[in-house]
Amino acid sequence: MNEIPPVLPDTPDHSIEPYVLRLYVAGASPNSTRAIVNIREICERYLKGNYSLQIIDVYQDKSLASQQQLLALPLLLKISPYPERKFIGDMSDTAKLLHGLGLSPESNG
Amino acid sequence: MNFDPTKINAPKLPKAPTGINGLDQITLGGLPKGRPTLICGGAGSGKTLMAMEFLVHGAQKFNEPGVFVAFEEKSEELAQNVMSLGYDLKQLEQDKLIKIDHVHVERHEIEETGEYNLEGLFIRLGYAIDVIGAKRIVLDTLESLFSGLGNQAILRAELRRLFQWLKEKQVTAVITGEQGDANLTRQGLEEYVSDCVILLDHRIENKVSTRILRIVKYRGTVHGTNEYPFLIDEEGISVLPVTSLMLDNDVSSNKISSGISTLDKMLGGTGFYEGSSILVSGTAGTGKTSIAANFADQACKDGRKCIFFAFEESPQQIIRNMRSINMDLQKHVDDGLLYFKASRPTLNGLELHLLSMTKMIEDVKPQVIVMDPITNLITVGSTSEVKSLLIRLIDYLQSKQITVMFTALALKDNRSEQSDEGISSLVDSWLLVRDIESNGERNRGMYVMKSRGMKHSNQVREFLISDTGIKLVDVFLGPGGVLTGSAREEQQLLEKTGIALRDHAVTRKDREIERKKFVLESKIASLREEFESVQEELNKTYIEEELKKSIIEENRQVLTQKRDKQ
Repeated sequence: MNEIPPVLPDTPDHSIEPYVLRLYVAGASPNSTRAIVNIREICERYLKGNYSLQIIDVYQDKSLASQQQLLALPLLLKISPYPERKFIGDMSDTAKLLHGLGLSPESNG
Repeated sequence: MNFDPTKINAPKLPKAPTGINGLDQITLGGLPKGRPTLICGGAGSGKTLMAMEFLVHGAQKFNEPGVFVAFEEKSEELAQNVMSLGYDLKQLEQDKLIKIDHVHVERHEIEETGEYNLEGLFIRLGYAIDVIGAKRIVLDTLESLFSGLGNQAILRAELRRLFQWLKEKQVTAVITGEQGDANLTRQGLEEYVSDCVILLDHRIENKVSTRILRIVKYRGTVHGTNEYPFLIDEEGISVLPVTSLMLDNDVSSNKISSGISTLDKMLGGTGFYEGSSILVSGTAGTGKTSIAANFADQACKDGRKCIFFAFEESPQQIIRNMRSINMDLQKHVDDGLLYFKASRPTLNGLELHLLSMTKMIEDVKPQVIVMDPITNLITVGSTSEVKSLLIRLIDYLQSKQITVMFTALALKDNRSEQSDEGISSLVDSWLLVRDIESNGERNRGMYVMKSRGMKHSNQVREFLISDTGIKLVDVFLGPGGVLTGSAREEQQLLEKTGIALRDHAVTRKDREIERKKFVLESKIASLREEFESVQEELNKTYIEEELKKSIIEENRQVLTQKRDKQ
């Protein structure tokens, strides 16, 4: 229902709801490291100033894995804007990720 | 055995007992300790239940806490499902003996954006294991992962890593898997990485279901390789490894009465051996059930416990019918000596029948059992299956020193040489009840076909069922052969008449002799009279002569005197 309008090039729309993202990683594994780098880059590029990104190392609190129904890692959780979505992987598939986040790939110019 | 035992093949593989009735016997101790075991099978074959029992027994009996990782059911659902078996998962969870972790996998909620692994699952499992110090873990079922995650290559690699990791963790793992088309599992993966594979099957034959268990592989140990039937009832799973029995049972030389004194006499005086098997076969309506009930009745009277397995009639029916021949079975039921178990043969598959029977036998511990009739089991199995069942049952009963009486319905008289199930060679004693039809009536004849280890009569006895009970009477050998029923009675009457007639004849002859004697004696008397009269006559003339002579002499003297005077 709540279709997010595509973000216009070069003008990040601050009027839309801020993105709340959470990335679960497993220690300093190659996948985790890559995922952190990739998501940071995407956020900086497409959501600059309009996002909060929390990175959680599941190894630090193992009970989280069960509470959060974690299975495959790394896992990116988009808490806001609605609907909640989950992405697994090292976030290297940028196009898929952007689509899933409701962002337009053309926006990077 | 000259080869070097490798590291994997330790001289004795440590095992984790499942606590499942019979399964530990087949696996010679349980599942491989610290290694993964796969339980696979189709839908509803009992995989989850078996895994759960493994876990609960581990926690309750063997002091091995366990983790249940449920991919399919939520923990509340699981708890509810096993509640009927008396397992209180909630309590076990509180006691930190069992931990249930529901892993939720939904494909549409997740997008795959690059490389990933199942580290999250590993962390989860590791955490759950460490929290309660688990020694056992169940993963039910891993396939859900394949439907939840798209990248097969990653999954396969990760699952291999998982199995390896579980081994390193030293937990005994049970993995359940749906049966695939070509492989034991859909992914064809689990069976290769597991050290032990148990296949469960739910088979329908003649519309009757039988649950079957088979150990497909078990690395580093011997195990039973047969298909074993198993039962799921209110006590959970029980497997019956009856085929593993050997022929080394103890034997008893004590005797047990058949309840028919005349039959006991035919069997050398005191009846059957304890712990032997007795077959009573005969055509319809020959009184097999009555013989069997009589046997049970006698056993109970002697204070033995008895189970009556009825496949044809209900207990009430049997009790009522036996009352008509002066047998009160209800009393024994009330006294707790006689147990009835009536079930339609079609209720279960054959194996389940065997299983439920042995279960009941284990519970009741009877000294005598009666099965009436085994022929009805044919409806749920082939002859060879029934035979195999009976072989195993007899073996089992002999090992327990339980005396068993089977009844079997022979369909035709000419089949008397072989009983239908071909079990005649298995049983120790075989009584045959036959119809003897002649002179427009049907009578029952009984004889002992065989009775191992005792002298037994070779005579056919007529078998009577009356208001007062069962009786065997000698049959009559008439000029036309064996006589039974009214022919026998007629013969008996005839003989009675004969005696009466003979008696009568004797007395008449005696009287005639008397009479003749009398006649003769009277004749003798009259002759004597005659003789006397003749004698008298003769005497008379003699006296007359004498008289005449003396008179003449006198006269002459007188004359002489006169002459002299003249």
